[in-house]
Amino acid sequence: MCTVCGCGTGAEQGHSRSDAHGHSHDHAHGHGHDHSHGGLHFGHGPAGTEVPGMSQVRLIEIETDILAKNGVHAEANRARLAVLGAFAVNLVSSPGSGKTTLLCRTIEALGTHPLAVIEGDQQTSNDAERIRATGAQAVQVNTGKGCHLDGHMVGHAMDHLTLAPGGFLFIENVGNLVCPAAFDLGEDCKVAILSVTEGEDKPLKYPDMFTASRLALLNKVDLAPYCHADLDAYERNLRRVNPAIEVIRVSAATGAGMDIWLDWLRGSLARKAARTAAE
Amino acid sequence: MHEMSLAEGIRRVIEDQARAHAFARVTCLRVEIGRFACVEKPALEFAFEVVMRGSPAENARLEMIDLPGRAICYDCTREVEIMARLDPCPLCGGGRLMPVAGEEMRIKDMEVI
Repeated sequence: MCTVCGCGTGAEQGHSRSDAHGHSHDHAHGHGHDHSHGGLHFGHGPAGTEVPGMSQVRLIEIETDILAKNGVHAEANRARLAVLGAFAVNLVSSPGSGKTTLLCRTIEALGTHPLAVIEGDQQTSNDAERIRATGAQAVQVNTGKGCHLDGHMVGHAMDHLTLAPGGFLFIENVGNLVCPAAFDLGEDCKVAILSVTEGEDKPLKYPDMFTASRLALLNKVDLAPYCHADLDAYERNLRRVNPAIEVIRVSAATGAGMDIWLDWLRGSLARKAARTAAE
Repeated sequence: MHEMSLAEGIRRVIEDQARAHAFARVTCLRVEIGRFACVEKPALEFAFEVVMRGSPAENARLEMIDLPGRAICYDCTREVEIMARLDPCPLCGGGRLMPVAGEEMRIKDMEVI
């Protein structure tokens, strides 16, 4: 490296960088160059040209989250919801856990409380139609080959809904216990739905989603005797991957536990309103 | 396959940086991946190669730096480093650990020309 200005000279092409921090790492640079010739070439650098005072290879520090763009969309969604004092739940689960049925029963039980639903699926608008049949407003987002909703999709979906102050926004994510864990949508919290037909060790097999969730709804408890499900083992495994997780046992089919879930929702909404008022 | 989305996120950052810093090509990109991050490294490598085609980072080398996984033990209330998500607490043997670090997915820096 040139000791005067710190640039990379032609003879050291590829080695020098203008970074000021002291990490070291090996370059596997594959240029062949001949040290026996007498001249100094400045045109052999990776850029193929020389700018005086400037290294041909520069190091740019970024320190940015890979999902920073998603984060910007998510924060914009969160700000819109905060203005409205609306509480948004991101419902996550594997396919077939009973998310949509549970949501339909929840909407019916909430009666006239203002709410809106965003439905995420790879294909079809079946779920949005099921939600609309309850009388609630719903918009379907098809992700195509995508395996999760992201903040950008949810922002556009919100444009298609009339969100009332103090209402609920339910976002039913794509049925997938892996990818949606990593994508913030701007929701207040994730709620994982785990049905008792899935196996007690599901939280251990897919820990990230249950770690990211504030509440787990252990659904289809009416089926527990038929599939020899050990509900305590489900709860133990949930708390093993997330010691702080809350668990409510429910059955959307029989209505068992639904009152506790509704209280949880109303309580969360009231706490958000109180927090907003205090700020 | 959300590694594809991650690679697209990386591409957006690179394109923003290319405008801001006026460079033509990225030769090496370094990302920091926490031990508990939702990233399958070979899948990200594959997605990176595919998604970067036609961008300043086409053919760039992708280096992944591991960041340690840390968790609070709910039994002994200490912060510990663990290697795998379901490891018990190395200090007290407790099994209730809440991750506090290791979920990072960050672009650290890049070499450009």
